Amino acid sequence: MYQYTDFDKQFVRNRAAQYRDQLERNLAGTLSDDEFRPLRLQNGWYIQRYAPMLRIAVPYGEISSTQLRVLAKIAREYDQPDAQLLREAQEKQWALGEVPVRGGTPVATNLKYGYGHFSTRTNVQFNWIPLVKSADVMELLASVNMHGIQTSGNCIRNITSDELAGIAPDEIADPRPFCEILRQWSTLHPEFAFLPRKFKIAVNGAREDRAAIGWYDIGLQLLRNEAGELGFRVQVGGGMGRTPIIGTVVREFLPWNQLLNYVEAVIRVYNSYGRRDNVWKARIKILVKAEGQRYIDQVEAEFKSIVEIDGAPHTITQAEFDRVAASFVAPVQKRERSGVDARLHEIVRADAEADPAYDRWLVRNVAGHKNPELRAVTLSFKRLGQAPGDANAEQLDIAAQLADRFSAGEARVTHEQNLLLPWVHQDDLPELWAAARKAGLAKPNIGLLTDMIACPGGDFCSLANARSLPIAEAITQRYQDLDELYDIGEIDLNISGCINSCGHHHAGHIGILGVDKDGKEWYQVTLGGSNGSNLSGTATPGKVVGPSFSAAEVPEVIEAVLDTYRQQRQSVDGKTETFIATLKRVGIEPFKAAANAARFAEKEVA
Amino acid sequence: MDQNIRIIAADAHAAQAQGANVLQLANDADPLAISVEGVDRIELHFPKFTDGRAYSQAMLLRRRLAFRGDIRATGDVLIDQLVQMQRTGFSSAVLRADKDVAEAKRQFERFPEYYQGDAVNAHPLFKRAA
Repeated sequence: MYQYTDFDKQFVRNRAAQYRDQLERNLAGTLSDDEFRPLRLQNGWYIQRYAPMLRIAVPYGEISSTQLRVLAKIAREYDQPDAQLLREAQEKQWALGEVPVRGGTPVATNLKYGYGHFSTRTNVQFNWIPLVKSADVMELLASVNMHGIQTSGNCIRNITSDELAGIAPDEIADPRPFCEILRQWSTLHPEFAFLPRKFKIAVNGAREDRAAIGWYDIGLQLLRNEAGELGFRVQVGGGMGRTPIIGTVVREFLPWNQLLNYVEAVIRVYNSYGRRDNVWKARIKILVKAEGQRYIDQVEAEFKSIVEIDGAPHTITQAEFDRVAASFVAPVQKRERSGVDARLHEIVRADAEADPAYDRWLVRNVAGHKNPELRAVTLSFKRLGQAPGDANAEQLDIAAQLADRFSAGEARVTHEQNLLLPWVHQDDLPELWAAARKAGLAKPNIGLLTDMIACPGGDFCSLANARSLPIAEAITQRYQDLDELYDIGEIDLNISGCINSCGHHHAGHIGILGVDKDGKEWYQVTLGGSNGSNLSGTATPGKVVGPSFSAAEVPEVIEAVLDTYRQQRQSVDGKTETFIATLKRVGIEPFKAAANAARFAEKEVA
Repeated sequence: MDQNIRIIAADAHAAQAQGANVLQLANDADPLAISVEGVDRIELHFPKFTDGRAYSQAMLLRRRLAFRGDIRATGDVLIDQLVQMQRTGFSSAVLRADKDVAEAKRQFERFPEYYQGDAVNAHPLFKRAA
């Protein structure tokens, strides 16, 4: 992990003090709510449906056990609504009704508190902290080098990357030093604090795109040119929302040391010419789409001026790269057991290997590593009874213990809303499995249907048109049989409660989008979206199957679509075709027909 | 960092507004397309404090055109954006009438240095002398 310098530590503490000053002026009435709003947003504080939400940055997903323990403390001591607020919120959510599950228990919203939520952009969110305590929480976070800087607002947001950064066997170069250099450069950037709209950057360093870079305002792919020099392919103008667009390649090769100068040019042109008259057209994707080559020409001209006239002030020096990269040295993980330890290990190993659940876990939750002795292990936060990506105080503490015991004190928040342990020795796998299973974090479902992405939706978010979590819960309940889940195989199911697309529904093989019609919750279903991974293929938005469905119909529609896959799929060399491969081969029509046939008869009559 | 940006009261600004060498640059104008020859002061406008175009205009005037005269922020100018204004090259700001200058001072004192270069100090932290 990046090691904070004294400067970095002081900077975060100063930021917390600045926030307290702003909060106090707001409470004293000299800083109006409208004037305070963008300031608190740029510290991660939203006002949601019932309470504020805090979004804490986890830069490119890396988090230490010490930081996890502070998140546990926040969950335990601060994420606590008062009884009346909770009761009122709960009654309002119950009034929205239940989602029925055929042959199961109907799902009603039961609001939880005292937990953190891992988001698709590798941040951690809390939903019940009172605003008056917000400055205390920022100071607590600063004590472990954490903050909410630019996790919201129309500025450069938290930088994301591949969860296997620095450890993936297919890596071209480690993206983390560049992520960190970008993080520092973008932090409190004076020129880019009030852009037309939010601005997100993702960096991928591997051959496989595991950072969904096509979907970002700027997507950076590390690569080597013919001369073997390291640089970036730069994509600009990707984004979800109402107008899903994949980023345009504006540069096939940018030398690595020009990264900041070039990004400055990209954002300066956007800041000057991006639309500010219509919030739905303000993202850079609209500018890039409208201007096309003219935008690219302008960025190149601005970059040239930055280099030739300004003197390329932000050229990354080798010394700075080396300084930052030195933080990311792999920890040494040796395992030599002898005597009682060795005998104990043999017992644990024999127990694990006798259990078929261990085999499944090895297949689904354990990934290969650059270092052949090590493995990357995903702790699953996708299980019945808890929303996707939710972790309560006890689970956060256990995750910290597991990170300390098995992964050199480091974990990663993943894009799919789980936690990954990046430095696990292969000989520790049986012990880790046993410990994770005891904590309920060893569900062997990574990459499968129940490892779905879901935003907090209409249970918390004031932007949402419909609830995401009861839909997620209903589908999870319906697909509890592991044999069935394995038979369905790898699939991306993504759920967003509104068109802002925090649940990345556009990029799901199956996407579910909450929409509002006459004040009621409805859901649009899309098929064939891709985040750009090897499994999913070139990044692309999914296609809508038809008019939206009622909440009750959604689990039926999912089942109909999955049944269609099972009828249509082929077997090649004994290997079963995946859902997305079948969909691409046979086309969307049979799936669409099955989905539309799953509508309830009453509605067709009405 | 030291506060160098001059804070001007709204009425004082109105009184000196007729100066012949003042250029008011519209929010959507390209500063590189104008001539700054003989201009003493350029006024950049914030229609809303959340409209950040003038920051880029000021940066370009200082860094690209090496304009040495006064760059003044007008419009919706509040306390919490003054540091950014100074960093992007503004040398004076007409603070909105209902704001208290005393609240501005401690905003400058808070951060001694920043990571990235700006109009005042072109070099990022990693290039400044240790």
